[in-house]
Amino acid sequence: MSALWFVVSRLARDRAALVGLVLILGLVFSAVFAPLLATHPDDVYELHPAERLRAPSAEHWLGTDRMGSDMYSRLLFGARITILIGVIAVGASLVIGVPLGLVAGYYHNWVSDALMRVSDVFLAVPQVVLAIAIAQTLGPSLPNVILALSVTYWPWFARIVYAESRTLEKEVFIESTQALGASPWRLVVLHVLPNIASPIIVRASIGMGFTILTAAALGFLGLGPPPPTPEWGRTIAESREFLPNAWWYAAAPGLAIFLTVMGFNLLGDGLRDVLDPRLRRGRHRAA
Amino acid sequence: MNESRRDPEARHGFAGARPSGGGLGAISGPPARTIAPLLDIVDVARHFPVRSAFGRKIGAVRAVDGISLAVWPGETVGLVGESGCGKSTLGKTIIGIHAPTAGEIRFLGREIGHLPPRERRKVARDLQYVYQDPGASLDPRWKVRRLLHEPLKIHTRLSRKQRDAAVQAILRAVGLPDAHLDLYPHELSGGQQRRVGLARILTLHPKLVILDEPTSGLDVSVQASVLKLFRAMRETFALTYLFISHDLAVVRTMCQRLAVMYLGRIVELGETAAVFADPRHPYTQSLLAAVPKIGAARVSRTFSLEGEPPNPRDVPTGCRFRTRCPLAQDVCAAEEPALREVGGQRVACHFA
Repeated sequence: MSALWFVVSRLARDRAALVGLVLILGLVFSAVFAPLLATHPDDVYELHPAERLRAPSAEHWLGTDRMGSDMYSRLLFGARITILIGVIAVGASLVIGVPLGLVAGYYHNWVSDALMRVSDVFLAVPQVVLAIAIAQTLGPSLPNVILALSVTYWPWFARIVYAESRTLEKEVFIESTQALGASPWRLVVLHVLPNIASPIIVRASIGMGFTILTAAALGFLGLGPPPPTPEWGRTIAESREFLPNAWWYAAAPGLAIFLTVMGFNLLGDGLRDVLDPRLRRGRHRAA
Repeated sequence: MNESRRDPEARHGFAGARPSGGGLGAISGPPARTIAPLLDIVDVARHFPVRSAFGRKIGAVRAVDGISLAVWPGETVGLVGESGCGKSTLGKTIIGIHAPTAGEIRFLGREIGHLPPRERRKVARDLQYVYQDPGASLDPRWKVRRLLHEPLKIHTRLSRKQRDAAVQAILRAVGLPDAHLDLYPHELSGGQQRRVGLARILTLHPKLVILDEPTSGLDVSVQASVLKLFRAMRETFALTYLFISHDLAVVRTMCQRLAVMYLGRIVELGETAAVFADPRHPYTQSLLAAVPKIGAARVSRTFSLEGEPPNPRDVPTGCRFRTRCPLAQDVCAAEEPALREVGGQRVACHFA
């Protein structure tokens, strides 16, 4: 708990990271309390053709879409989907990538080589292209989007964990723990993993932003969850035929995606500075 | 162990000149001929492959290249030599960090150099290694309490309560206050880190402890207190030490016997007093000449060592020391001298 407090108080001193933190907290708050915050909570699944494409007003803060639904309310519920996609996809990538990276980092034989070559193959294919191929093959749905993102993102974690554990293994305390008679399991889980947690956390934060952006791209291409799901990327795609008159239609979800992705990136950069003492020293020397 | 096949004592330089009872023998020799050595290594080698950019093996660093040495219960054996001579590699091969390329490592009568990993880890309970830098050898994210519980968790099935009691006991033995249990290693002084490192190992009551350069980098007063601690622990826990060091003055005060290493091989082996009194190998002579002595002439009569030791990737033919040896003759390039008995010790030199 004190460690968490330390991180938060350090983050608060970095203005950019603070902005990121506030944006992310705002996103989470919106998603959790969407039913309470929404002015027209039923509009997500109800149509009001008479009120279609209304400009922002006191009644509809961010205007309405082509079905006459309240944009503001739909965005709030869209935040839930965004967070769901980001958390599950990054979580699954962690669950796949971190153990594989640890295993590859522990062994010094063909196992490491094989695992790293496999992750290289995944990294060599542009991520969006691979995700599109997977989502296209499996059909547009929320679980398939999450699957496509997880499959394409885990190699990043495997790579980082592998590189970090290779660096860490040169530390004397790793060897001395081995000399003490510790099993590989104990060594890797209790000594290696906690010592490389920081870069993993940083990558996870940046990965959230990236994954959400890719998910929006898939939604835009019609490979995301089908309508009437209030997915942000899909909403932007729908708005195209009504531009430039119904500017709010594209601007509102666009801004939401922009702020979310920027929030995670700022937070990730801030966490990197706080959690990585090497970089912290470097920054001070440069300043 | 098959005593008739080979007698370890005969290979380790006591048989001949050792006084047959009382006097010097009582303090400097192995306790008795009938006792089996605790550690007995035979022709152990550890080579590190050198690979080309394409992963092809293009040579080997012969860090340890055929070493035989026995350590009897209760004694402290010094292992000295310049940095890079393979002392630490030998120590780490004994504890299993490196697998031996060749040779046998017998510990408590059992060959341990080629055990499966799980069995090999169990040996660690009796055979421990103290690293040179005590701060670096403790996990920076673990508090002292957890660090001290760890060896017991690995090697025993004690309950949490029993482990707590054991940790208390070992803390008292190494002279650390209880309050330190909740500190991180970086919050301790170097001397305290050293004590934590020792406590972590001694709580298992090992039989043999390998000390790797335990005094290097310490100033003289700290050195003295660290050595005092090692001596006290030796008495309290009935330990046997293999003491790796390049500091001859320290080795002289700590060790009953002494092995001098050069480029992966032992060149001289014998009782410390005998080696210091009458070094037979030119390398030992030059090392001892480099030790300042009170009351002696500032410039020693004996020669001093010049240049660097050759690259262990490319060991000279014949005697390894010939490239720096003032006595070198043709025979030195042609024939590698074996360890043979000269006076009270064993020496690997054609001219000893």
